[in-house]
Amino acid sequence: MKFARKNLCIPYAVWLILFVALPLVVLFYYAFTDGTGQFTIFNLTGFFTDPNALGTLVYSFAIAIVTTAVCLLLAYPTAYILATGRLREKQGVILIFVMPMWINFSLRITALKELLDVIEGNLAMYPFLNSVIGMTYDFLPFMILPIYTTIMRLDPAYIEAANDLGADNREAFLKVTLPLSMPGVMSGISMVFLPAMTNYVVLDMLYNSTYIMGSLIGSYFSAYNWHGGSMIALILLGIICLFTLLGSDDEESTNARGGALL
Amino acid sequence: MKKTLRSVFLCLMLLFLYLPILILAVYSFTDSTNIGAIHGFSLHNYVTLFTTPELLGMIFGTLLLAFGSAAIATFLGTIGAIGAFYSKEKTSRMISALNEVPVVNADVVTGFSICILLVVAMHISKDTYVPLVIGHVTLSAPFVYLSVMPKIKQMDPALYEAALDLGASPRTAMNKVVIPQIVPGIVSGFGLAVTLSLDDYFIATYTKPATFDTISTYVVNATKGAQTTIKTALWALSTVIFLVVIVVVAFMNLNGKKQKGEVREKAQV
Repeated sequence: MKFARKNLCIPYAVWLILFVALPLVVLFYYAFTDGTGQFTIFNLTGFFTDPNALGTLVYSFAIAIVTTAVCLLLAYPTAYILATGRLREKQGVILIFVMPMWINFSLRITALKELLDVIEGNLAMYPFLNSVIGMTYDFLPFMILPIYTTIMRLDPAYIEAANDLGADNREAFLKVTLPLSMPGVMSGISMVFLPAMTNYVVLDMLYNSTYIMGSLIGSYFSAYNWHGGSMIALILLGIICLFTLLGSDDEESTNARGGALL
Repeated sequence: MKKTLRSVFLCLMLLFLYLPILILAVYSFTDSTNIGAIHGFSLHNYVTLFTTPELLGMIFGTLLLAFGSAAIATFLGTIGAIGAFYSKEKTSRMISALNEVPVVNADVVTGFSICILLVVAMHISKDTYVPLVIGHVTLSAPFVYLSVMPKIKQMDPALYEAALDLGASPRTAMNKVVIPQIVPGIVSGFGLAVTLSLDDYFIATYTKPATFDTISTYVVNATKGAQTTIKTALWALSTVIFLVVIVVVAFMNLNGKKQKGEVREKAQV
């Protein structure tokens, strides 16, 4: 075959179809069939009539919303301080704040658990609080990085212009910096919210509880209930699609996930 | 006043991010089995870490999986990005859309769906490591694609044409002109792929052989009642990884500065 540049995409296209598209098709098939291969919507109706499963859905949303809010409240000032003032010139400093991202999460959570054990005693006493602490600890760098990069990209001349036109610092921040940094905030939110809804290992490690959405898949997996598990995965996928459509679609969120900007 | 407030806030954030890891690091050098108790200096955790075959096998296996799957992912993602860039817009857009799926999807869903396809529907045994490797490549190749693509877009298209005009075959022009220009994207894509694989828990749980553990799956299981010697040896592992990350980050930072400096020097000349 003659060499052509565009043919180079064939292996990867085949890979994506086989291992990204096809699994989702199979997931869909399993979600709407029972053990004998018969079509059924029982898995769907079962989920929405099971108070336990619905409770889990609500609880995961609550944890994810609170975690995202806490991360945002901590990450925005951090990113802002690092990207303005004296520290703006010292770009190495941000590395210290995102470095935990590259340390294996399970070891970091172990460290946190040991510390919280000493402070609180029994971690299962405050499940909600500890879930939020654990997830904030785990996901915070992923919120700091995208906000930091958007603020860094802002031309400081905008602020000077706002000041020249009579805005004080507070007004300049509220009317210029904050609105212009929203893309970073949005990608930070998408980086934290979805993992917070699904990452059940953090809770599992902290106090042996797995009362959030992702864990339902885990429990069906352990019970070899592929059909029920597929339905939960599909419901999660629906929620994820919704958020992706609502959220920003710029490249930052994807970059932030692995700290690619550095 | 304001400056002090800023510094205090940053310090508190650093404390939150690093205190647990640092405390664990200190205690990894003692013979205590719980944080809080005060004991003498000891290196026995490090001895256990580097002499227990089970732990060494687990660490070595994790690294092998990370670098192996990252190599495959880098190859696929890079040629995928080059090919997609030169393809018709429709093809290119389809590849980019599918490429986004593992990026935005929850890892639980990615892992479970790959397990359903390969293990449940196609009956491929997990013991072959095939589902695990496919899972990790599928997770990380999209990130390679995303870090290579901007470099291809920045490239001057005239260079490739010039190589052809000067008599290079398309293949030679690709290898000698296009690839060298996108190397930074390929390298950072590879780095990303390695970190994603090292940090993954969900895809590994759903696709790995029962007898194989990555650091993540091993540690998660160990927190639920492992022997104390193993538990404290993992503190040592945490400290070692922490130090390795510091060294790598410092090295990359210095290297980056050096490169920037060189570019600046060239620009001045």
